Amino acid sequence: MRVTERPGWHAAITASTIFSLALLLFSPPGGAAEKENPRSGGELVFAVGETPPSYDGHRETTFAMLHPIAPHYSTLLRFDPQGYPKIIGDVAESWSASKDGLTYTFKIRKGVKFHDGSELTSKDVKATYDKIILPPQGVASARKAYYDMVDRIETPDIYTVVFHLKYPSASLLANLASPWNFIYKAEILEKDPRWYEKNIMGSGPFTFVEYVPGSHWVGKKNPNYFMKGRPYLDGYKAIFIRDTAPRVAAIRSGQALIEFRGFNPAAKEDIVKALGDKVVVQESPWICNLTVTINNEKKPFDDVRVRRALTLAIDRWEASKALSQISLMKYVGGLFRPGAGSQYATPEAELTKLAGFGKNIEAARKEARRLLKEAGVPEGFSFTLKNRNVREPYEVTGVFVIDQWRQIGLNVTHMPQEGGPYFNDFRQGNYETGIDFNCDFMDEPDYQLLKFLSSDKSPLNYARYKDSVLDDLYEKQGRATNAKERLKLLRQFEKRVLDEQAYQFHILWWQRIIPHWAKVKGWKITPSHYLNQDLREIWLAE
Amino acid sequence: MAGEADTTIEVLPAVSHIPRWLAVSLRFARQRPLGAAGAAIIIIMALAASLADVIAPFDPLKTDYARMFQPPGANHWFGTDAFGRDVLSRIIYGSRTALLVGFSSSFFSATLGAILGVGSAYFGGRTDLITQRLMDVLLSFPLIVLALAVVAILGSGIMNVILAITIPMIPRCALVVRSTALSLRRTPFVDAARALGFGHARIIFRHMLPNVMAPYLIMLTAFQGQAILLEASLSFLGLGVAEPTAAWGLMLRGAAVEFAERAPWMAIFPGVAISLSVFAFNLLGDSLRDALDPKLRVS
Repeated sequence: MRVTERPGWHAAITASTIFSLALLLFSPPGGAAEKENPRSGGELVFAVGETPPSYDGHRETTFAMLHPIAPHYSTLLRFDPQGYPKIIGDVAESWSASKDGLTYTFKIRKGVKFHDGSELTSKDVKATYDKIILPPQGVASARKAYYDMVDRIETPDIYTVVFHLKYPSASLLANLASPWNFIYKAEILEKDPRWYEKNIMGSGPFTFVEYVPGSHWVGKKNPNYFMKGRPYLDGYKAIFIRDTAPRVAAIRSGQALIEFRGFNPAAKEDIVKALGDKVVVQESPWICNLTVTINNEKKPFDDVRVRRALTLAIDRWEASKALSQISLMKYVGGLFRPGAGSQYATPEAELTKLAGFGKNIEAARKEARRLLKEAGVPEGFSFTLKNRNVREPYEVTGVFVIDQWRQIGLNVTHMPQEGGPYFNDFRQGNYETGIDFNCDFMDEPDYQLLKFLSSDKSPLNYARYKDSVLDDLYEKQGRATNAKERLKLLRQFEKRVLDEQAYQFHILWWQRIIPHWAKVKGWKITPSHYLNQDLREIWLAE
Repeated sequence: MAGEADTTIEVLPAVSHIPRWLAVSLRFARQRPLGAAGAAIIIIMALAASLADVIAPFDPLKTDYARMFQPPGANHWFGTDAFGRDVLSRIIYGSRTALLVGFSSSFFSATLGAILGVGSAYFGGRTDLITQRLMDVLLSFPLIVLALAVVAILGSGIMNVILAITIPMIPRCALVVRSTALSLRRTPFVDAARALGFGHARIIFRHMLPNVMAPYLIMLTAFQGQAILLEASLSFLGLGVAEPTAAWGLMLRGAAVEFAERAPWMAIFPGVAISLSVFAFNLLGDSLRDALDPKLRVS
């Protein structure tokens, strides 16, 4: 890969790259195609907890689509499978950016072939991104909003794509490395922009063999894959197993060798106990969290004192110790994922100064009771907490939060709901408080902060407040030309959301735990279950 | 000696000092020991439910993360769960949920079923035909499937669970009561009531319903065991009452399954509580049927 020009305001990306390289250098070995010689051949069987709603990566938002289907496709850029968050080229051989940060030029590799033998060119990249950014009527594009900065896309020649931006963006490259942005064939899109919802035609390391709904998805090695010597596997088979217990049993029995989303600690223990040294466990912080969302339009939650009391009552440090033993919940963090590879995470010393993140819980609860009294909220005040009817980690967290609020004299009724009514009530404001979630494929403030913008600007914000200060800070940080300046803006944003206004607040960030058979090599865990799923580096040791 | 003749002592029957209800109970216990055992368990459950605040050693909702997964011991007789909550206290408080749902749903379903059954038998003709076909439709669904459908439509929560259990049980009682009521419809006292010009409601509620009390009481008792089991099933499936409410079925799901090997007491004790209560109601129901059914009495 050759990066020909790097404007100064790309310091954030440079810093992240250096940081990830340092991590690679100093991190202990594990999971990578490091010292052993990769072996070709074999079929990887892995479990997937859901079935894909459609085959179109641009439209879907679930791992159930990504895990079985990503191996059929290439993307323009990608996150380095061995060194997140470093960004490397996939079909892009190199790229450059203009000094003003408004023009990005990508050179496409020569000889990248679609599975039908036709060559992938800049025309296909443009058609793909046109579909994502400006989808034709009736075509869904789940992440269209993240490309607001793109003005137009040009193709000066068949191996060059140029993205012209309306304003400089710190997140463009990361967005172009999105694992969802499969490169589709322009000719097919021209005839039918929805063709990819039900068909596969990619340029990835594996070609499509068959899909039996509810049972399995099979792919076989693409002999014409552009990367010499890849993939190592002859093929793969994704088997769909909805419930956790049979999925764990599938791993234990060797019916499946890995499940890429993640298991909870109990399942991990179960698998390790059964398989001993035949299994290895990879763990990582996860770019997923649960949030307490408060309906800021309803009384008494329109009073900042009440909202602050709610966050002050929660002992996140105890939660981290306790809930991490029984659920996916683990890391205490602010608006940005804590842990390795996250350059935006708030240091603990700063974090503990925010309401609800301090370590003296007695003092915090005393203050919470004072605030409630001052706001005129009586002892034993009753309200409801809406939640998803999913035990892990939603209900577990619901029980925890309700108990924490009981300790400041609040009486909370837990209301778990099915997905449909749950989302519906949140969107319509038909709730008082609730447990909400957020999962992203990368550590990028543009993504992680979107939920906290004014509710008329962000469809993800169910807390129903408007705050022009936050909207302004969001815009500024997205266009910040300096990493330090951006970080400063991010801290201001975080303090306003979590501390000063306590509109809604995180409880804990998740832990990703992947116990897999030791013979599965070349796969390294990342903080997102959406990344590193094309299977091209994976090989089987026996 | 005339005085002697005046002082004749009248021999009165011996007056028992045992209250009538106790005498009946003792006779029932002597004649139906299994039913009495069932009744005793139910009484213990009812006492536990009503005195839970006094007898439970811990707050059933109080989490204690320093004591997660404690095995049964001196402090926690039945151990603690994944949140460090005392299992015994949750079982004691759980009896409230079980009995509330059990009594409410069996009472409403048996009562509505009895009214429908008697009404259907009394009016006969097209009313009977339509009512019975409606009952047939409801009966064609397995109990749990219909309850699941109701909860799926209405959502979870105690009141909805009571409704979800009540609806599918109504036709079961209606059918049984109707068969008894059909024989009552042509009895002289019903004809006499009609001849005297009494209204339909008066005939149904004052004259017919009291005469179907035997099947009604049997169904009422039998339904309670079923209702407790159904509530536990719905809660186990995550469609009944919600955490952190103490409920036996709820205690069996989630962590109790995931940590079954590490902390088996989390599943064993609520499982035993459910089995014992259903067993008790079934024993009592069977004995009541034996005692109240004239055919069985004769045989």
